[in-house]
Amino acid sequence: MTSLPITLTINGHRHELEVDPRVTLLDLLRERLDLTGTKKGCDRGQCGACTVLVDGKRINSCLALAVSHDGANVLTIEGVAHGEELHPVQAAFIAHDGFQCGFCTPGQIMSTLGLIAEGQAGDDPERIREGLSGNICRCAAYGGIVEAVLEAQQQLAKADRRTAA
Amino acid sequence: MTLELSLNQQPAHARQGSSIGQPLTRRDGFLKVTGAARYAADNHPPGMLYAVLAVSSIARGRVAALDVEAAKAHQGVVEVMTPLNRPALAADPDAKDHPFMFRLDLLQNDQVRYPNQSIAVVIAETLEAATEGAALLSPRYEVLPARVGLDGAESFVPRGVGVGGPAVQHKGDVEAGLKSAKTRIEATYETPAQYHNAMEPHAIVVAWDGDTLSIDTPSQGLAMAQGRIAGLFGIAPENVHIRSPFLGGGFGSKGMISGPQVLGILAARLVGRPVKLVLRREQMYGPVGHRAPTRQTLRMGMDGEGRLTALDHQAKTASSTFDDFFEPAADASHTLYASPAIATSHDAVRLDTGTPLFMRAPGEATGSIALESAIDEAAHACGMDPLEFRLRNYAEVEPMTGKPFSSKALRECYRQAAETFGWASRPLQPRLMRDADGFLTGWGMGTATFPALMFQAEARAVLRSDGSGVMETGAQDMGQGAWTAFAQIAADGLGLDIDQVDFRAGSSDLPNAGIAGGSGHTATAGMAIHNAGAAVIARLADLATGDEHSPLYGAGNEGVLARGGRLYRRDDESRGESYAEILTRAGLSEIEGHGTGAPDPASQETYAKHAHGAVFAEVKVDPDFGQIRVTRLVGAFAAGRVINPRLVRSQYYGGMIWGVSFALHEEAITDRRSGRIQNANLAEYHVPVNADVPSVEALLVHEDDPYVNALGIKGVGEIGITGTAGAVANAVWHATGVRPRRFPIRIEDLLG
Repeated sequence: MTSLPITLTINGHRHELEVDPRVTLLDLLRERLDLTGTKKGCDRGQCGACTVLVDGKRINSCLALAVSHDGANVLTIEGVAHGEELHPVQAAFIAHDGFQCGFCTPGQIMSTLGLIAEGQAGDDPERIREGLSGNICRCAAYGGIVEAVLEAQQQLAKADRRTAA
Repeated sequence: MTLELSLNQQPAHARQGSSIGQPLTRRDGFLKVTGAARYAADNHPPGMLYAVLAVSSIARGRVAALDVEAAKAHQGVVEVMTPLNRPALAADPDAKDHPFMFRLDLLQNDQVRYPNQSIAVVIAETLEAATEGAALLSPRYEVLPARVGLDGAESFVPRGVGVGGPAVQHKGDVEAGLKSAKTRIEATYETPAQYHNAMEPHAIVVAWDGDTLSIDTPSQGLAMAQGRIAGLFGIAPENVHIRSPFLGGGFGSKGMISGPQVLGILAARLVGRPVKLVLRREQMYGPVGHRAPTRQTLRMGMDGEGRLTALDHQAKTASSTFDDFFEPAADASHTLYASPAIATSHDAVRLDTGTPLFMRAPGEATGSIALESAIDEAAHACGMDPLEFRLRNYAEVEPMTGKPFSSKALRECYRQAAETFGWASRPLQPRLMRDADGFLTGWGMGTATFPALMFQAEARAVLRSDGSGVMETGAQDMGQGAWTAFAQIAADGLGLDIDQVDFRAGSSDLPNAGIAGGSGHTATAGMAIHNAGAAVIARLADLATGDEHSPLYGAGNEGVLARGGRLYRRDDESRGESYAEILTRAGLSEIEGHGTGAPDPASQETYAKHAHGAVFAEVKVDPDFGQIRVTRLVGAFAAGRVINPRLVRSQYYGGMIWGVSFALHEEAITDRRSGRIQNANLAEYHVPVNADVPSVEALLVHEDDPYVNALGIKGVGEIGITGTAGAVANAVWHATGVRPRRFPIRIEDLLG
């Protein structure tokens, strides 16, 4: 296959890449860039384990061809914490036991970041559940996930108020 | 081992400073929320190639042709492995040395015996080239008619069910009991084929170095996998090194090494380079096990007071045409309800499917939904409240064997869960409750139970002269929290703070921790850890009490306590010294001790050992459209000592939601003409998503069990699914007046 040149900014780092047009964004991350935190659970957009943010919006990276996102800004789970300092969403997932096996967790956390950015769910657990229903957790840690999202939103709102003040 | 005895006199959990019983957060949490936890498919050794399976699109027949040339001509394809060039094996994959050895499809011939069976492996420089190569094989088949469904073949009585238990058992005279009964019920329930669908597809990354193997693959039983691979390849088990630090879920499907995993090893041998092979989701519906379908008929007789006079539970199930696993569904009736006459029996058919396997609560889950539904029908037939009926038939001893229970806090589970749920205000008759929006509302309950099993495990403990400790056991964490709970037991056993203990697990070069299955891993490997800790502390105490320079001199092992990295005199805690001081004075950099975990044969003989629970469910049903939503679940469980209540609650939540899924969601649908599974994907094979999940509450009921093991641990991984599935079904009946007799419950069944 003829490779195509693309440029992606991933977790703040610019990558100039030559990519086989069949390569999905997920496989690019996992198999070529050693960003294996993003997981493949179904490879057809049904489970959400591969969720990343592209230009701030959550997408299933298994359904995205890398070459169709030339120039995009990608955030993966590896880019969420600042070194040892966890993002409030990550910390809340640990505090509320919002995972068991952990395989869907990167996708759940990226989906949560997307959901919070969309600003549609607020503090309504029912809307959070609905908004995260593209991310399957077979261990069924759903209760902890919802609690984690509620708490993280509160933490983020507090931090925003501090920044504003 | 005098010290072990004295430790048991003052049990671990009672000792000051122990983290046992504390709700620590997961010690692997940071790795899991940052994406740094490395699962099998995340590995990428230098020079690695990608292997992709081609799988059969028929259920039965033979592969007549494969276009290997077309695949090999595709740019990037390195090799195509078929039965013609597959490297030789040292053992026949169809041989079966013991019941836990399952037959594997390793390209031994061109026969197809189930859909999604491996028929070739394409190995390429990239995943894309291997995937396209597999598509280019364009297989042609000679097709034979598929045998499908529980009526699709002649039935027979299997030699054994589950792990080899008798297919037919009875006590008392069931027919006489039914005859003498004042009230009788008979009902037949059907449960579907279900697939584990762990989020992580089975994956293997493998590199050969001469006759040694380096493998990353998820395994619930590292030593068994190591032994199976060694046997197939004719190499020593110690030449097979498997790393499995994190499993992305298992639920039984990763208990045995599967055919596709071994094909990855063969592919690497064929091309002489490291290989990664990951199953596609749809390829998981065949070679990695499933829960077989069942059809169960229950007959019960009751006297005038609602006491059972007879309980008969017959289950029909299915295995593959070429191997044996028979879902022991009827055995669920052995444990829960007292009856003078109980009979359980199984028969089975052989179908063109992959071999069924252990799937979370194998037998218990399928049997429980039928038994708990039938008990509900029996209570109604007697005009009794379902909780009152269950209490009337409460088993004071194990019904089938007459053995006393090692512990059984089920009454307390009923009480606490019923009170929290608000059960007392439930009307006896169905279809009487509506919510403010006009939805039919129903309340149902079920009893949960699961045996307290133990297997075999070993652990090695080390104390170092810098005051730190090491605990090693090849335990497996598939999400239940082994990294955390075992570190807690290790710290307790070593008398150290948890952060001073280097806990090592998840690798086959560590002592054999047995299997993460049967809800027995925490008890089994936990006891190995506990005993290894006691053994190394005993050696340390020997050093100190025999050393006249030690303040512990002459105390004798029984006179010594271990706590906070120090040994103390039991009779005078002002006299003691640190582990570091003892080892340094003895001129030792470290000492070690070994421990094993295994069931105690004496108490096994004497006592029936089970965990118990009670689950109450509320459902709401749209009166016009029949849509069902579970709105509330309350469970109370008694399962002996709880090492970490945070992790245990999560196990109960997960199990209970699997119960909801059993009642309302999961079903693999087989096309009756082709024998293919029509919904082999996560959109059409329904598992609960976040929006499906109600408010779930799990109450931990205190239970001391001095007989199961010294730590008093039973097991919590599977019990949640039992009881819950029946509770949901019974709540649907209470809401609608329609008794669900096949699962998952369908809208059309409620609309009549």
